[in-house]
Amino acid sequence: MAEVTLRNVGKRYDDVVAVSNVNLDIPNHEFVVLVGPSGCGKSTTLRMIAGLEEITDGEISIGGEVVNDLPPKDRDIAMVFQNYALYPHMTVAENMSFGLKLRKFPKAEIKLRVDNAARILDITELLARRPKQLSGGQRQRVAMGRAIVRNPKVFLFDEPLSNLDAKLRVQMRTEIKRVHQKVKTTTVYVTHDQVEAMTLADRVVVMNGGKIEQIGTPNELYHHPKTRFVAGFIGSPAMNLIPAKLESNGSGLTIRLSDKLSFHVPESRTARYRGHTGKDLLFGLRPEHITETRGRENGVGQEFTITLDVVEPMGMETMVFFTVDGNEVCGRVEPSAAKGAGEPMQLRANLDHMHLIDPATNVVL
Amino acid sequence: MSIAALSTPASRAVRLGSSLRRNRRWALIASYVFLVMFAIFFLMPPFYMVVTALKSDAEVARMATNPWIIADGVTFDQFRILLTQTDFLIFFKNTVIVTVCVVAITMVVSVLAAFSLGRMKFWGSGILATGIFLTYLVPDTLLFIPLFQIVKSVGLLNSYWGMVLVYPTLTVPFCTWIMIGYFQSIPKELDEAALIDGAGHMQMLTKIFIPVALPGIIAAMIFAFTVSWAAFVYPMTFLYSADQQVLTVGTVTSLIRGDVYKWGMLMAGALVAAAPPLVIYAFLMDYYIAGLTAGATKG
Repeated sequence: MAEVTLRNVGKRYDDVVAVSNVNLDIPNHEFVVLVGPSGCGKSTTLRMIAGLEEITDGEISIGGEVVNDLPPKDRDIAMVFQNYALYPHMTVAENMSFGLKLRKFPKAEIKLRVDNAARILDITELLARRPKQLSGGQRQRVAMGRAIVRNPKVFLFDEPLSNLDAKLRVQMRTEIKRVHQKVKTTTVYVTHDQVEAMTLADRVVVMNGGKIEQIGTPNELYHHPKTRFVAGFIGSPAMNLIPAKLESNGSGLTIRLSDKLSFHVPESRTARYRGHTGKDLLFGLRPEHITETRGRENGVGQEFTITLDVVEPMGMETMVFFTVDGNEVCGRVEPSAAKGAGEPMQLRANLDHMHLIDPATNVVL
Repeated sequence: MSIAALSTPASRAVRLGSSLRRNRRWALIASYVFLVMFAIFFLMPPFYMVVTALKSDAEVARMATNPWIIADGVTFDQFRILLTQTDFLIFFKNTVIVTVCVVAITMVVSVLAAFSLGRMKFWGSGILATGIFLTYLVPDTLLFIPLFQIVKSVGLLNSYWGMVLVYPTLTVPFCTWIMIGYFQSIPKELDEAALIDGAGHMQMLTKIFIPVALPGIIAAMIFAFTVSWAAFVYPMTFLYSADQQVLTVGTVTSLIRGDVYKWGMLMAGALVAAAPPLVIYAFLMDYYIAGLTAGATKG
């Protein structure tokens, strides 16, 4: 087990910059998730840590040792791939012990480690089978087993759950978290699914366009996004982002979304936003902060009335969609409070959770 | 009204089902007719060989008898004389030696070549792979003239070891090509997993690629075997004494004297020569087909 450090790490393919200037400190035992849309450089970063891609710029160290020029086998890492990458001609036990055999571990030690990993993953009864005879979830467990037996310094996961169906994905997600709590190996996990990132990570690294947008705990990213990208990427359904104008209103401030709709900026925020008065900004508010006016305890907020476009019942809650000056906005209401599509409805916006984004810099103010 | 509306789709479904069944029946009948015709067409020559090989010379020579049936009773004389009084067993031994060596050389060269060309991307690997395939497109009926000079210059003229040298020019390109396709169909993550597990390139080849690509390797082996077992032009050109001759050419040259054809023995010799490929095909056919079609459906 060891800490992993990335210093100004970059990757270029001829003229194309895949990753640039990545700085990341992962302390021992931490579970870090790299998340972002496809092509954002998260997999490339992981593969550079693994040694499967050469590093063009910067420095990667594992356990204090710079590994830039070390081949994968000398980095003491283990990787779990999206398509499992199990050796089809070997049994589960052989798959798991392959790396140990190549490293000339004694037979008794190999057996001990394989049995132990099989117990952790609950695959003891599958040890004699071949990958073809296993289901997707079982294969993923074996792939994790192959990583665990090695007892490496770092676990690397490259979208390990993407090939599983939705139900199994949730189940394996819990499984991965459980295994990490047991073995506590430093882990770098790549996914494009922000729910996976939020649920698994100690810290999440949001990447976009080959750069790190923000690093933080899931809660930090959710409640205090630093950039427009993070604000829009984290959270499902996504945060509403509406063009708006910040206006002065005596001692207070008003955020104007349209001719008919404007909100008072809470007093706690006025000092922070005052310098941007008169600017065209993006107003951000998550759907759960646009609710029905009755029933809920969150009392605080400003009421307004709109006409619903689309109503999506989810069971536990109902999503209501409406437009403000052509921009679609989503709110989350109690199923019993929701009106039908085309009907007017009174809603309440809780401005204590609002964000303002400068569209020129895409930075959250 | 509502009953009629309900019953219409149901009756249509029944009609549709029965017409599907009728279609399928006709397709099956047509398939059987053509398959039986082809089977008869292709089994005719082997049948004729068996019938002729089991006749006496006298009966073969008699014009009045029906060539398709054995009138004078079955005799194994042709096989007995072939195996005891001709050089047939020498030809057979030479062919086995040549074939075993050629298959071994071909597999070593083409597996290594295919692994490096298909997996270890390096500068010019794509052009090299295409180049190897192009050499296969030059027919042996053209190559034998320059090859004659080469075989002569290394002193292997009239030696079956010369065949061990020249047959791989036919087998290696095609086998390499098959193996490249096969190796490329193995997911990239498998080598990466092996790399991380601590395997070097050679271990990756022997422990992962060869076992996983076994069907393809067997397909390539069968091809190399067939080519060197059945080659005719090269031994015809490069070998001329009986003790060095191989089955294909030896049988023909020793059993046709001037315009005298020893039909019975020729047929017996052809049957014995065809037996090893037949046995090998029968056992390994599934692998052969799996090997040739791999990569066709899944990239």
